[in-house]
Amino acid sequence: MEASVDEYYLELSSSVVKFDSVSKVTNVFFDDTNKQVFAVRSGGVMGVVVKGPTAATTTDFCMEDKGPVVSIKFSPDQKVLAIQRSKSSVEFINFLTGEMDNVEYSQSCKGKNHIILGFLWTNTREILFVTDHGVELFQVVPEKKCLKVQKTFSLSVNWFVYCPQTCLVLLSSGTLGNQMYPLHIKGGNINKLSRFDVEIPAVPKPPKLCLFERDITLAVLYNEASIIILRHNPRGAGSPGAEVVVYTLVKMMTAKKTHVLRVDLSGRFAINVVDNLIIVHHQASKKSLMFDIAMNGETDGTVTYHQPVVGLQPIKPFTLSLPAVPSPVHTEPTQVHCELYSPNWVVFQPNIIIDAKLGCLWTITLNLQPLLTMIHDKCILVDFLMKRSDSKPVVIQVLQEVLEPTTQNCSHLVVVAELFDHLNEVYRSFLQSELQCHVATPASSSLSVSPSKLQQVLPKPCIVIDQSDMYTNVFSKFVDRARESEEGTGKFEVWVLLEYIRSLTDYHIPVQHYLYELLINSLVQHEAYYQLHQLLQYHVVSDSKPLACLLLSLESLYPAAHQLALDMLKRLSTANEEIIEVLLSKQQILPALRFVHSVGSVDQVSARKFLDAAKATGDPNVFIGVFKFFEQRNLRLKGTTSFAKGEHCDIYVKHFQSLCSGPVQ
Amino acid sequence: MAHDSPLSLKYFYIYNSSYGQKEGEEAQKILYYYPTKTDLDSQIKNVGLTEAIIKFTETFNCNQQCESLHTQKTRQLYYQPEDGFWMVLVLTVPTATKTKEGIDHLEYQSDEVQDNIYWAVLKQAYRSFQLFNGSFSNILDSEKDPTKLRYKLDHFFAKYLIKLKPQHADILDVFHGIQFLPLDKKTFLHVQTLVNLLECSFPKVRHTAFLYNDQLVWSGLEPDDMQAMYRYLITSLLPAQMETELQGGPMPRQSAAFSALHFGSRFVSGPSNLQGDDVGKIPKVYLKNDDGPVICHLVIYRALNATVCLFIDEAVSLEMDFFQRLDIFLGHRLTSLGSEIAEQFNHSVASAASAESGAKFVYFNQLNRAQKSTIHLDNRKSGNISVPVDVLRILADVNADFMERKPTTGETIVKTMNDFWVVGKLSNLREFYVVIHHKNANLIEINEEVKKLCDSQFKSIFFNE
Repeated sequence: MEASVDEYYLELSSSVVKFDSVSKVTNVFFDDTNKQVFAVRSGGVMGVVVKGPTAATTTDFCMEDKGPVVSIKFSPDQKVLAIQRSKSSVEFINFLTGEMDNVEYSQSCKGKNHIILGFLWTNTREILFVTDHGVELFQVVPEKKCLKVQKTFSLSVNWFVYCPQTCLVLLSSGTLGNQMYPLHIKGGNINKLSRFDVEIPAVPKPPKLCLFERDITLAVLYNEASIIILRHNPRGAGSPGAEVVVYTLVKMMTAKKTHVLRVDLSGRFAINVVDNLIIVHHQASKKSLMFDIAMNGETDGTVTYHQPVVGLQPIKPFTLSLPAVPSPVHTEPTQVHCELYSPNWVVFQPNIIIDAKLGCLWTITLNLQPLLTMIHDKCILVDFLMKRSDSKPVVIQVLQEVLEPTTQNCSHLVVVAELFDHLNEVYRSFLQSELQCHVATPASSSLSVSPSKLQQVLPKPCIVIDQSDMYTNVFSKFVDRARESEEGTGKFEVWVLLEYIRSLTDYHIPVQHYLYELLINSLVQHEAYYQLHQLLQYHVVSDSKPLACLLLSLESLYPAAHQLALDMLKRLSTANEEIIEVLLSKQQILPALRFVHSVGSVDQVSARKFLDAAKATGDPNVFIGVFKFFEQRNLRLKGTTSFAKGEHCDIYVKHFQSLCSGPVQ
Repeated sequence: MAHDSPLSLKYFYIYNSSYGQKEGEEAQKILYYYPTKTDLDSQIKNVGLTEAIIKFTETFNCNQQCESLHTQKTRQLYYQPEDGFWMVLVLTVPTATKTKEGIDHLEYQSDEVQDNIYWAVLKQAYRSFQLFNGSFSNILDSEKDPTKLRYKLDHFFAKYLIKLKPQHADILDVFHGIQFLPLDKKTFLHVQTLVNLLECSFPKVRHTAFLYNDQLVWSGLEPDDMQAMYRYLITSLLPAQMETELQGGPMPRQSAAFSALHFGSRFVSGPSNLQGDDVGKIPKVYLKNDDGPVICHLVIYRALNATVCLFIDEAVSLEMDFFQRLDIFLGHRLTSLGSEIAEQFNHSVASAASAESGAKFVYFNQLNRAQKSTIHLDNRKSGNISVPVDVLRILADVNADFMERKPTTGETIVKTMNDFWVVGKLSNLREFYVVIHHKNANLIEINEEVKKLCDSQFKSIFFNE
């Protein structure tokens, strides 16, 4: 059973919003700004049931039946309800106290004989009427039960589409409907963006409307407002089938055609946007395609042509459990298999699917796990996953699988190399943006930080796999494994580590010492000492005291490690104390003294330490030499050859005397 | 100093005293004898004499065997690489005509033949043979009969001795070191990861070594094997290869690369034509290992001065397909890496040239076998040196002194009659020899100069001063 669960990467949310299904007496409306479903029974007399994603947006009330409702929407703060029942006016009911006000007030559109195509709450107290002759922006004053006109814009309009996330209204004009006027509603203003025309594959004769509202989807893809247009190409030999064209509104300025998604099918389609991915549902095959505009594709310089990331795959079957029907026999809830891709489905943006007949509202969600087996190219897979939200554990899982030292993986180091480059490219840009933030914030807040700069900083990569992630989740596992297995995999681990360090170096990311430590340990484990030596020789491993100590500890296994450790300590230039210790431990008393002399710390070193080491050599000449050296120091510093009491050198003075008196006797 | 007769190779022979024990069968002891034309009687006499000397000296110190014999006219070096097998090198001592009280007379320049150098030369000869043929006893093992060994020795040393050039042997032969190419971390990692990629894409490849020009960048071999291998590459294989490449046209480096690109193969050992069926002659090498030697095919590939040596398991039979795949894999990767290294290499050469001072030096690290010399102007053992030969000889003497006394640190300063100063330093298993030509200098000035040189050369290592 587990396996079958993982076959579907698209799922309907388990939490379903249930509402009264459409019938003769019940009309259902969906407001995609507030994500509320309105079930209006008998024009409102029998009650209006409102269901939203939260308790605050779920309510019910009754209202008078003043004719069939065309559209019904709450203001974003749920204080004012707008209802359209006629072609020329919209009625308002206040809910200021949370309770419904008895009095309705009305606003008709300014132009005579204009038809209201729809209205939009663009802000808490701001509503936009879209008529067949343009748009009218009103300020709603519920306290005075009236509206004030703010701005108007005239244009012959066929239909319109709205994106609540960006407050972008797209108006269709012209006979064919392909002249697009994007309007950005912001701060009581109508910001007219430059118009653009959508190509029509075959203009009908005589000309008639051939681009429809249902073909347009407004969405936000990777922080940019986008216009997604479904283009049905005429059937025929050599026809590529349907395509999806994506226009991007770069910084809310001008719309540019940037991407074409090759759907290569024909029939009815619906589009959802989930986690910056474009999901194209195809009703005929009851399957969906997934596109990611951030992936690479063929490009002609301005437009990138994309193939689906994953081919046709169905949504996971959904079973609805209906509450138990009160009956003496059946107390179990009934299970209903929902028909997927049903003709009753209505799709809303970004990720909502409504089955009007069943009375269900779902959000569509992405399950990343099955994609691991669906996307075969690991680089594409990781690139794809890195752009998803909350995908870190899945990416790590992929990395763990790829770096498992199986024979197959071992021959794919090229892929691993590429993979690391992809990871570190993101890692690098993350570090850079961190740095920018760091540089930008401490300056006084009044300091002018240009908005364009801020915007560059803002779109941080979705997820970052940094060195500590790699270490704790992937590389540290090598160590455990190396203990278990005997041989063969060792080289692969070293290769992988070096490849990772190479990639970090290429991206100018400083490598953390624990990776070096791991590398050294792996090399030692496989007795590749000469290789280790060469790596150190070329300073692949950055110097640090802990690593120098690690090297010192390796001396018994590889004698040259001692030299390498001393070199490293020397380069650190803060480890003179350690160098002296190392030399003394090797009974190299005179070299140690010479070193002290060369770094100019003769006056600071402890005489006792040197005398002790010199005595331990058992060589009287060395001891006498060292003793004389410190006597000279005493003379120079204090004017007398004798040692200060605090230096605790009495036993060495005695030893010196015994040595000197020795030969005479 | 003009020599009437220069130092030259007189005899070179290999024998095993346990063979031919009976009287009249002494000739069986001899496994190889140079010059080959020497009559058997002289061969037997010389070998017998050597045997006798070694036996005789054993009575004084049975722990250390006789290493050399000085006679007025010859110098003999003895080396026993394997139990019972002795290699003997006999050199003629160079002579010079000196005029003393108006009479010319011949003087043998015995000081000019340094034991430590020629003993090292002898040892190298064995290591080279062993690299390509395995040890003496292993060749015997198959059939206890020395015929095969005699054949192999004959085959190998006939060529080897021609290239020996004993008159140009010097301190570098004692070190038998490897020159490493200075590279930054990033480029080195690129080399390293290319080698890894290669070994992982071609699992048949056991080890890899990477050279640029005549300098080593990466060795997957153990240092002992690499030393012998490096010597072979630098002194015989690569010079020959470069000569053939140079015949390509007036702009040697560029055209060499392109001609190789167009005329099929960049394999130095391996097929000369990738479209043909003949994979060519591929040498075998015997790599040291704890449990007997590991035999590998040696495939060498070159592009833009970068040389990749691949050591492939003997058991693997090499097909044309393998070389084709290898060529596809390495072709563009090695070319781009080669140019990346070239960029850095030229840069470092330029900066090194500007920092050139009057002092020349030789450096050797016993631990990683790294050596560096500004005394030798090329790597070909052609006697192309920047200091007089007699000064260079002092270096080997200082080295011999260090090796005999075995101090952990040490310093020796020598001044010659003709105002050359030679400073030898030993610290932390590294040897450093400086030659300074300075008239009227005193010890303090020389010391200062050496210190400056140390500071510039050994910034990143611990070198006790």
